[in-house]
Amino acid sequence: MNTPKDTGGPSSLRLVLTLAVAGLVSGMAIIGIYESTLPTITANKARELREAVFKVLPGVSQMQALVYRDGELVVVEKPDKDEPVIYGGYDEPGNFVGYAMPAAGPGFQDTIALLYGYKPGEKFVVGMEILESRETPGLGDKIYKDASFVGGFSALSVEPEIVAVKKGTKSQPNEIDAITGATISSKAVVRIINEAHAAWSAQLPAPGTEPQLRATESTGTEATQ
Amino acid sequence: MDNLLWIFISALLVNNFVLTYFLGLCPFLGVSNSLETSARLGLATTFVMLVTAICAWILNTYVLVYAPYLRLICFIVVIASTVQFIEMLIKKLSPALFRAMGIFLPLITTNCAILGLAIFATNRGYGFWEGIVYALGAGIGFTLALVLLAGLREESELSNIPQLIKGTAMNLIIAGILSMAFMGFAGLFSSA
Amino acid sequence: MKKNQSQEEFIKGIWRDNPVFVQVLGMCPMLAVTNSAINAVAMGMATFFVLVGSSFLVSTFRNVIPKQVRISCFIIIIATFVTIADYTLLALVPGVHKELGAFIPLIVANCLILGRQEAFASRYPTKLAVMDAMGMASGFLLALLSLGAVREILGDGALFGVNLFGENFEPWVIMILPPGGFLTLGVILLFFNWFKYKKDEFLEDVAAAERSES
Repeated sequence: MNTPKDTGGPSSLRLVLTLAVAGLVSGMAIIGIYESTLPTITANKARELREAVFKVLPGVSQMQALVYRDGELVVVEKPDKDEPVIYGGYDEPGNFVGYAMPAAGPGFQDTIALLYGYKPGEKFVVGMEILESRETPGLGDKIYKDASFVGGFSALSVEPEIVAVKKGTKSQPNEIDAITGATISSKAVVRIINEAHAAWSAQLPAPGTEPQLRATESTGTEATQ
Repeated sequence: MDNLLWIFISALLVNNFVLTYFLGLCPFLGVSNSLETSARLGLATTFVMLVTAICAWILNTYVLVYAPYLRLICFIVVIASTVQFIEMLIKKLSPALFRAMGIFLPLITTNCAILGLAIFATNRGYGFWEGIVYALGAGIGFTLALVLLAGLREESELSNIPQLIKGTAMNLIIAGILSMAFMGFAGLFSSA
Repeated sequence: MKKNQSQEEFIKGIWRDNPVFVQVLGMCPMLAVTNSAINAVAMGMATFFVLVGSSFLVSTFRNVIPKQVRISCFIIIIATFVTIADYTLLALVPGVHKELGAFIPLIVANCLILGRQEAFASRYPTKLAVMDAMGMASGFLLALLSLGAVREILGDGALFGVNLFGENFEPWVIMILPPGGFLTLGVILLFFNWFKYKKDEFLEDVAAAERSES
C-alpha cells in the first residue's frame, strides 16, 4: 500500500486544499479545451444548419433567423433560449424564396426532429430533411433513406393539410405516398409537419411582405449557439 | 398534458432505460436475483432519479447557462452530495424507510442511469415538470425491468439448466428477449 | 525482470482479466454504442484516452492525495478527461459524436475506469499503472470492436460501412437494435464459459494422467 503514511490522519485543511487544487486544475483544463474547440464546434454547427436549410429550399443561397415577437416576424442575430425560430431563405440577389421551419414530435421509437422548406406564396412544402431520429433501421429509417419518400416533399400542398396515403395512390397535390412497411413513421413525419404548419401559419406575414434580408452577410449563421 | 404523458410512457416503456438505452446494467445484472431486493432497489432508484431531476433543473437554469462546459463535473458532484445528504436525513427521520432503501442509496449514486437521466433530460431541453415526469417514468421503467428479470431468475433457480449457461450469459440472453418484448411498445403514440 | 512485469500487466488486461468478457465491467457503453464497428472504435478510443490519462495522473500523485478524499479526486480527474474527450470529438468528428451522443459523458460512470484507479493506479508506480491502464483499455477496445463487428456484419451486412455480401443479403435488423446487443454479448460470454470449461477439463485430465503414471 502506497497511500500516505500518516499517524493521526491529515488535517482537514489539507483535505480541503487537495480538493480545491484538483478542482482548480481541472476547471482550468476544461476551460482551456472549451475555448480552443469552441470556434470549430460553432462553425460546424452553423455549416450543418446552412446545408440543411439550403437543401430544403432549392435555389436559396442566403439565410437569416426569424422569430415571432409582439405580433410580427422579426429578424434576429441571436434568438433567446427556448424561443421558436424559423429561417428565411433568400436567393442570390436577396429576394425572399421561402421559410425553412424546424419541427419535432413523437415518432415510432423516439422524437423525430426535422426541417422543412415552405413557400408561403404557393402554400407548398418544397423540401424535407430529417435532422434527428431513432426509427427502426431498415424500416422506419426509410423516412430519410428512401429517396422517393423524401422526394415526395418537393412539391406538396398544405391545403387543407398533408395526408399520407397508401403507396401508389397519390392523386391530390396534398397527398404523399407513405412508405410500405413504415406507415407509422411516414404518418408521424406528415403529422409533425401539419402540426408545425398549424402553429406557424397564423404568425407568418402575408405573402410578399416577408422580412427583407439584412445586409450583413453572416446573419442567421450564429443562430445555433 | 399530452406531452407529459408521452414523456412518461416513452421513458417507462418505449425507451426503457435498461432495455433500450442499456443504462443501469450493473445493478440490473448484479442485484436482480430476488424479487424483494429488486423492488426495493427500484424504489430507491426512482427516488434518487427524482432528486437528480430537480438538481439537474436547478443547475441548468441557474448555473450552467453561464458555464456549459462545467456540466459533467457539476452533475456528478452535486448529485452525489445531495443524495448523501438525503441519506443522512432519512436515517435520522425514518429508520424504517432507511432500512427499506437507505443501504442502496450510495450504490445508486454511481449508477450510470442517474447521470444518464440528467444528461438526457438536459439534451432534450426538458423544463421542471417535464424533468420530474421523465424521472418518474425512467425510475418506474427501471423497477419494472429489474422486477421482471428477478422474477424470471427466481423461476430459473428451480429448473435444470446446464452449468455452462448459468450466470451472466443466461441473464443477458433473458434480457435480450425482454428487450425484444419491449420493442412491441414502439409506436404507441404515433399510430394514433 | 522489470520489463517482464510491465508486459505482464499489459497482457493480462487483454485476455486473462479482460474487463468485459471476464470481469463483466463497463457494460453500459459496451452494449449501447456497439451497433456498428466505427462507433465501437470511437468509444474504445475515448475510453482508452480517459483511462490511460487518469491512471497516469492518479499514479503520479498517489502519495500526495490524502486517502480520505481519494475517490472525489479520482472522479474529478476522470470527469476532466471525459470533458476533454467530449469536446475534442465534437470538434473533430461531429458525425461520430452525434451517433454516440450522451454516451460520451457517461464514460465517467464506467465502473472499469474508477475501478482501475482504486485497485491499481493508486498503489503502483506510474510506469506499471500506465501499462495496466493500456492493457485494460485495449482489452475493452477489443471487446467493443468484436461486439460491434459481429453486430454490424449480421445486422447490416457490412463492416466499417463497407458492404460485404452484396445485394442479396437480408440483414438481421434485430442485431443492431437493443436486443441484439444483449443476445450477442450473451453468446460471446457463453463461448468464454465454454472455453474455460474445456480448459479446466483438460487440466483435470492432465492431472489425472500424471497421477496414474506415478
